[in-house]
Amino acid sequence: MARTIKLEVFRYRPEIDDKPTFKSYEVPFREDWVVLDALNHIKDTVDGTLSFRWSCRMGVCGSCGMMVNGFPRLTCAAFLRDYYPHPIRVEPLVNFPVERDLVINMSDFLRKLKSVKPWIIRKEETPVSEGEYLQTPAELARYKQFSMCINCMLCYAACPVYGREEDFIGPAALALAQRYNLDSRDQGGQERRAIAFSDEGIWECTFVGECTTVCPKNVDPAGAIQLGKVTAAIDYFKLLLPWGRKT
Amino acid sequence: MKPGLRRTMGSKWWLWRGAYFLIMLRELSSVFIAAYLVFLLVLLHKVREGPAAYDAYLDFLWSPTMIVFHIVALAFATMHTITWFNLTPKAVVVRRGEERLHPALIAGPNYIAWVTVTALILWIVLK
Repeated sequence: MARTIKLEVFRYRPEIDDKPTFKSYEVPFREDWVVLDALNHIKDTVDGTLSFRWSCRMGVCGSCGMMVNGFPRLTCAAFLRDYYPHPIRVEPLVNFPVERDLVINMSDFLRKLKSVKPWIIRKEETPVSEGEYLQTPAELARYKQFSMCINCMLCYAACPVYGREEDFIGPAALALAQRYNLDSRDQGGQERRAIAFSDEGIWECTFVGECTTVCPKNVDPAGAIQLGKVTAAIDYFKLLLPWGRKT
Repeated sequence: MKPGLRRTMGSKWWLWRGAYFLIMLRELSSVFIAAYLVFLLVLLHKVREGPAAYDAYLDFLWSPTMIVFHIVALAFATMHTITWFNLTPKAVVVRRGEERLHPALIAGPNYIAWVTVTALILWIVLK
């Protein structure tokens, strides 16, 4: 007899449901299936009303992040075999409002991401005719780890500070601010500072460290935030020096 | 206000998993460490008041309750120390070209200094 595994899936359709419920589905168990495959099986063959986001199926797009048995995971990287024979509970990422079923509203994250200006800022753009902004491998290595972020928001679902403090800029946005601050081609550190080094920025972080634990791309947002704290502290002490206020 | 169904963490979020519980223990540790510092300040005050006051205070510190308190405070201080020593490689990134210095080489000297200073204090106290 073919083996099956039970998925308990969070259901919430705002037009008919007053509150969320969990619905159980028995899906075929296959060694090479991930939770996302099981959700697609449900949507294709059992219940077409189930809503969830996904795109690449290979840990690159960052769309399919959900709570799997209470932990934020990319469902395209969460194998059924790691849970079998126990049931798997699938919920939308916590700390975000739920639009419908497993779909969260990510507006708050996108607004905060934009606020840290995650792009290269130049005081004066050089014309394209003068060529690229060159960078050595050593300069690339300084920020490369932080540039691997795929905006999957698992770190926000793992962060109790973000869960309790809505204003917190959050791990991924702060890691990306640090990514550009460390880029030798960038000159926008001062512009980002007002947001990233504010009370709602790095100083809100109490170093729980779960953002780094759950990150599927080894970005280490907790590390990025600590680096930011060191930079901000050095800047503060520089201000105390008689000649520091001029800068 | 974020639109949509808002799922809050509630008041028991710190019981969800071990890492959250540890962070709350670390926050709680500040109470014990602050209390320890208060007892230490009182001890200094008693030294100023004279031998009788100092001896009376020492008797109080040797009471079972205070011994248990100090053991708990020491455990919390140790937890705090390990947490922050392990954090140092995140806050201090040293590079040689493209290579990043191994985190253990940043955290390690902190532990060596800790053991050395502890041994020195023990030698002074116990000699």
